[in-house]
Amino acid sequence: MKNGFTRTFKQSVAMLSLIFILVLAACGNNATGGNASEGGSSSEAGGATLAAIKERDKLIAGVKYDTKLFGLQDPATGNVEGFDIDIAKALAKKILGDETKIELREVTSKTRIPLLQSGEIDIIIATMTITDERKQQVDFSDVYFEAGQSLLVKVDSPITGLESLNKDTKVLAVKGSTSAQNIREKAPDAQVLEFENYQDAFTALRAGQGDALTTDNAILLGMQQQDPNYHLVGGNFTDEPYGMAIKKGETEFVNVVNELLSEMKESGEYDRLYEQWMGVKPE
Amino acid sequence: MVIWDSSVLFDHWDRYMQGFGQTVLASLLALIGSLIIGTIIAILRISPYRWLNVFGAAYVEFLRNIPLLVVVFFFFLGLPSLGIPLDGFSSGTIGLMVYTSSFIAEAIRAGIQAVPKGQTEAARSSGLSYVQSMWHVVLPQAVKVVLPAVGNQMINLVKNSAILGVVAGLDLMYYADLISSDTFLPIPVYTFVALFYLVLTVPLSMAVHYMERRFARSNA
Repeated sequence: MKNGFTRTFKQSVAMLSLIFILVLAACGNNATGGNASEGGSSSEAGGATLAAIKERDKLIAGVKYDTKLFGLQDPATGNVEGFDIDIAKALAKKILGDETKIELREVTSKTRIPLLQSGEIDIIIATMTITDERKQQVDFSDVYFEAGQSLLVKVDSPITGLESLNKDTKVLAVKGSTSAQNIREKAPDAQVLEFENYQDAFTALRAGQGDALTTDNAILLGMQQQDPNYHLVGGNFTDEPYGMAIKKGETEFVNVVNELLSEMKESGEYDRLYEQWMGVKPE
Repeated sequence: MVIWDSSVLFDHWDRYMQGFGQTVLASLLALIGSLIIGTIIAILRISPYRWLNVFGAAYVEFLRNIPLLVVVFFFFLGLPSLGIPLDGFSSGTIGLMVYTSSFIAEAIRAGIQAVPKGQTEAARSSGLSYVQSMWHVVLPQAVKVVLPAVGNQMINLVKNSAILGVVAGLDLMYYADLISSDTFLPIPVYTFVALFYLVLTVPLSMAVHYMERRFARSNA
């Protein structure tokens, strides 16, 4: 009995040690990988990123893999597609003459700035709102998407915007979201009902449990495509413009990106992409 | 990181009270409704008519074997698309009512059937009618089996009323979620929520124990 216990105990210890070693090894690999690519592209002088892209003959863009319309990975093909991705491709074409000379790296809101600063990515094109706080850490391009909070209502709804909301209207939102707080301030009379997540709120709206749904227009545009019986009204009542972020001090690169944006807007390419992804023309 | 802060209770007292009031109201309504429906279903199940038995059995087996959330979603999301609009509070309360009624029906049926058949037969042969023998002989004996079981279902009902929080039923759980996401202090927020539920369930639980003891004595 006692021997049996000791043996199992020893085996467990051995197994645990093995797992521990494997985990350590995996972490070690990761760290080296990170350092190596950082070394590859981090030079501090102005215009260095642009030079590095040309030398590498490839643009490395940090994009979202989980955001509808902007950057979403198709689980079947593994391809990442969206508005942000097409802008990134256009940028590769402008710098390197070929839109396929691009490498996409997945970023999240948490990882994108550290990855940019360590030089692992050349640019962030990942639904990033331009804020003063972030401007201290990175340089932003011109606005490429006017994000903001808006309202989604049934196509035949009498609601045309914030001013139509009164004490008889039920506005659906997500529990604890900034949009829920905003709508309470901007339409203090309206009843606000909050749900666990966007899908639940949209389901409730479609079941007739509310008159409008409020959150970021980017999310609402996706819902509008999901069910064309619903549409956005009243434009944005908050201002959260998206910009592309570049390492601080890379003025030359920022200029190239802004040049691209104005070229795309002039040629109609921007409107075409916008309509392709958002389902509507830019306002 | 702050983990505990008692001020969430006082800072958000109004919202707690609003939610608590709705929780009490929903529980009361669902309780009364489920006792009535449960009794009717139990009677159907033991009635001498076969098709009533089948209906009662189907009702119980269907409702108690699906998740409460599904029942509530049926009322909240399903009925409005059939043209019957029910808000979160109503659909939550009705869902809770029909769901609990299936358990109560089972408890009552089990209680009545626990009384030996000989009791009814003896009562009937002493000249009592079916209703009289039920009322004077069977039900008083069934009560001691039924009451504790029904009491437990009442406690479950109060706790299950938290389902209203998912369908914007403005109950205690709904406001707790809001307070928690406003304050980023889930531990104190939900601890106070637990206390509010205990205020309702502990007296119920004590009543069930009291009844169990009382009926155990009368048995001897």
